Amino acid sequence: MNPKRRQKIVFSLLFISSLLVITPIFLIFFFIFKEGIKVISWEFLTTSPARMGGGGVFPAIVGTLYLTLGTVLISVPLGVLAGIYLSEYAKENLLTRLVKLAIINLAGVPSIVYGLFGLGLFVIFLRFGASLLSGCFTLSIMVLPIVITATKEALNNVPQSFREVSLSLGATKWQTIRYCVLPYAFGGILTGVILSIGRASGETAPILFTAAAFYLPHLPRSIFDQVMALPYHLYVVATQVPGVERRVSYGICLVLVVLVILIDLIALITRYQIRKKKLW
Amino acid sequence: MVEEIKIETENLNVWFDSIHALKSLNIKIRKNEILGIIGPANSGKTTFLRSLNRLNELNPKYHSSGKIYIDNQDISKSDVNLLRRRIGMVFALPIPLPISVFDNISYGLRMQGVRDKKILSQAVEKSLKAAYLWDEVKDRLKENSLKLSGGQQQRLCIARALATEPEVILFDEPCSGLDPISTAKIEEAMFKLKENYTLILVTNNVKQAARVGDRTAFFLSGELIELNKTDQLFTIPKNKRTEDYIMGKFG
Repeated sequence: MNPKRRQKIVFSLLFISSLLVITPIFLIFFFIFKEGIKVISWEFLTTSPARMGGGGVFPAIVGTLYLTLGTVLISVPLGVLAGIYLSEYAKENLLTRLVKLAIINLAGVPSIVYGLFGLGLFVIFLRFGASLLSGCFTLSIMVLPIVITATKEALNNVPQSFREVSLSLGATKWQTIRYCVLPYAFGGILTGVILSIGRASGETAPILFTAAAFYLPHLPRSIFDQVMALPYHLYVVATQVPGVERRVSYGICLVLVVLVILIDLIALITRYQIRKKKLW
Repeated sequence: MVEEIKIETENLNVWFDSIHALKSLNIKIRKNEILGIIGPANSGKTTFLRSLNRLNELNPKYHSSGKIYIDNQDISKSDVNLLRRRIGMVFALPIPLPISVFDNISYGLRMQGVRDKKILSQAVEKSLKAAYLWDEVKDRLKENSLKLSGGQQQRLCIARALATEPEVILFDEPCSGLDPISTAKIEEAMFKLKENYTLILVTNNVKQAARVGDRTAFFLSGELIELNKTDQLFTIPKNKRTEDYIMGKFG
């Protein structure tokens, strides 16, 4: 076979593989949109459910926003600080290797395990009850590995020479991290935040026992209140309540997907703005 | 005439894990001289430089024995940040931080807590003039320094090292990636700088050491083989290995 033809075949293979990867995503979007758009109305988005499976999804939208926001507020500072420590300060020894291994494994733990853990620790032991607070903490523990790993990767990608230049000019280690490393790792850290937002807003299992209300036609009044959340509401409507029209489920799906995309978009635009300002 | 000694090492040994990178190094560096250091790859030249500003300590595999004195002070006992303010360094490749020219050069001072715009501006202008870069960038101070050419970037790095007013400047093969004209400009800057600073120039370019150095040291496999006035080292080397290296027989 001549090299030109071989080149063509390889190219086609690569192209088809990429196409196959994105096809399911487009199909999912297409069906959710096609079915879901039928039930979307101003009323659907802004009113409380009158009965289970009817009325609007407003409390679930707000609940998901609260849960996501709370999770970001807890997991991002904690995860970024831990990432900085592991990448910049921790010496290579058995303990740090164990910690790193634990983080990798934590990312692979099934989400229902986090749900049960949250039930045990936050709901029962710490007596937060099934509440917004417990839910945020549980989701935070779930997304922490994502934030930590993204932070570590982002910091590792900043050239070592930047650190050496900064130190050679008499800057302290913390100044070096603050002014010479973090600014250039910010984009990568934000990518981790975006991923964790997607994860936190879409997961059902971790909030199943810790935060989500089956039916709660009003907004939470404090962080110790239960909340409705879109993924759990979807699960309930689709499987637990008989006689609900299928398209209502698709409608909730659509709202959830659009919500996640909107939150991600904000983060993406922020990242774009930051990267535009810096050449590096 | 007794020369004033700026830097002195006493039985300096450096290891990276089991690799013995510097072997019982005893060297005296005079104030306001340019000391050229030549030698083949892996001869310990860069390790020696990075011992002086304690940058080797970033490497977890590093350990050492022996003493280094600057102005008769043991540097292992001095505050590492203060030490690095006294010893500037210019790296092999130009490494401008991806910020403006002004911010690059004022970086060291800003990290010391200097906030006064006027002081910073003066320091930036003074350093850029000393690095022979002022005329080329005086209207581009706000521009990102990555937009400068390679030679300009390296002079920017020299200016940045000068801005904290160090006493010693370490050059680690500063011209290795530069064209002859940029190299000439940097050598010109060095001649001027030695009036106020002590310079140590590690170079792979034997001719550069011959052109610039007051004295030249020849390193081989972590040992100091020979140290002499540059013209003597290059015309009548005492050691056979020095001669072989200068003649280009190995390395």
